[in-house]
Amino acid sequence: MISPDPCVLKVERLEKSFGEVRAVEGVSFHVAPGEIVGLLGPNGAGKTTTINMILGVLEPTSGRIAIEGVDLAEERSRALSCTNFAAVYAPLPGNLTVEQNMRVFGMLYAVPDLSARIEKLLDVYDLRRYRRSKAGVLSSGEQTRLSLAKAMLNRPRLLLLDEPTASIDPSNARDIRAGISKFVDNGLCGVLWTSHNMYEVQAVCDRVLFLSHGRIVLEGDPKTLPDEHGAASLDDLFVNVAQEALHNGAHR
Amino acid sequence: MNASRIGAVVLRMFYLYRGSPQRVFPIFVFVAIDILVWGFLTRYLNSVSHADFNFVPALLGAVLLWDFLTRVMQQLTMTLFEDVWTRNFLNFFASPLKTSEYLVGLLTVAIVTSGLSLVAMIVLAQIAFGLSFFSYGIAIAPFLMVLFITGIALGVAASALVLRLGPASEWLIWPIPMLISPFAGVFYPVTVLPAWMRAIALILPPSYVFEGMRAVVAGQGPPWDRLAIGGSLALVYLALACIFFFSVYRSVIRNGLIARYSAETVT
Repeated sequence: MISPDPCVLKVERLEKSFGEVRAVEGVSFHVAPGEIVGLLGPNGAGKTTTINMILGVLEPTSGRIAIEGVDLAEERSRALSCTNFAAVYAPLPGNLTVEQNMRVFGMLYAVPDLSARIEKLLDVYDLRRYRRSKAGVLSSGEQTRLSLAKAMLNRPRLLLLDEPTASIDPSNARDIRAGISKFVDNGLCGVLWTSHNMYEVQAVCDRVLFLSHGRIVLEGDPKTLPDEHGAASLDDLFVNVAQEALHNGAHR
Repeated sequence: MNASRIGAVVLRMFYLYRGSPQRVFPIFVFVAIDILVWGFLTRYLNSVSHADFNFVPALLGAVLLWDFLTRVMQQLTMTLFEDVWTRNFLNFFASPLKTSEYLVGLLTVAIVTSGLSLVAMIVLAQIAFGLSFFSYGIAIAPFLMVLFITGIALGVAASALVLRLGPASEWLIWPIPMLISPFAGVFYPVTVLPAWMRAIALILPPSYVFEGMRAVVAGQGPPWDRLAIGGSLALVYLALACIFFFSVYRSVIRNGLIARYSAETVT
């Protein structure tokens, strides 16, 4: 008998080229249940390209992505049914109300007992008073909370968060980080989290992957990595890696 | 196919129609205006021609049937444009929604809304100008079916173009029925067309419908064999349109256009 895959996400030798440009080159990593993995890197490093491939909206040139052991290329719909995401560049339709958006996306993800789930998430993300407001009239922070509520609708096994707290004030951002950490603590869900906020990354991520020029150049625990590489902080390490990558990139 | 996911696509449109008179307006009002304009024109032509020929079923009926085809195509494409305008492709296509389910959702919305347009046109044409659909006899069913399938095929092909060319392709999509109408013989027999236009008319399913409609109005009975050709052509176009849509979808997933749709980067 084959034992089930212990990873919620397994990425193997992932490559993506756009013509001559190699955006992602041989990236391999995994996310385990109960783990929050930070995907870090300077702009243009290939983070969003990688996330788009995991979301099934961009076909890899080569490599394999498996979500909960299901091959994304072979069973896209089944693999994505246990996934969800929130990204600042993917706002929910502004001409639907908060509640309508949640109902439509709840049906897309075939969420059981959807009404109860919506009520719960309206409270968790403090959206109850906006339930009949069009998403387009919400502030950017409220829209981000709505995106996060949508991302939690199907209790995903794999959650992809692309700068999830970018438009949120520090107090709300702290609550949201705590909420996601609590959700992950049940040991069922794994998170791939991109952020440029190194304080946030250190606070929530169990492991980080530094991506540069489409390659993973560094991997480890965000709390110990700076010391291991002689940097004063994760922020400094990020700058060092980005500058080194920039220097190397100029000589490629 | 998952009914819940198809239902989500339909429910989104129901919410939009329910809360937006400007979306409901075109379903009824534009077609009503067409019926009124052409209804009065046919009434005028009847009064000045002094001929036995009745323009109402020939001209007004043609307008009604052509508007039906146009509405089917436009309603299907309009549903896709809702995702273009709200930049929602990423949210939809990064979900478990299958492309086929999305298409069936678009189709369901088109059936309901174009059906409502058709009912509005039939009622108005009957009340205001005495045009009865029963005057076409049993042939009205294949007339509508051929036009419906053609409208769906056009809508699916137009949706593929939108997906491939980006938001600005809107300006390319809306005039498509207008481009076809001179060749389809909507208001005149295709025999009046020059040879090269007649050749094009031969491969257009609507031309068989409008020729058939004129035959019925002239008391010759429906040309079933010609309608069968029109119907078969419509099915072939529908199959080709679906193949085109799926192939465009695969290409935009390959080159990443779905994820950066508004950039309109045709590569």
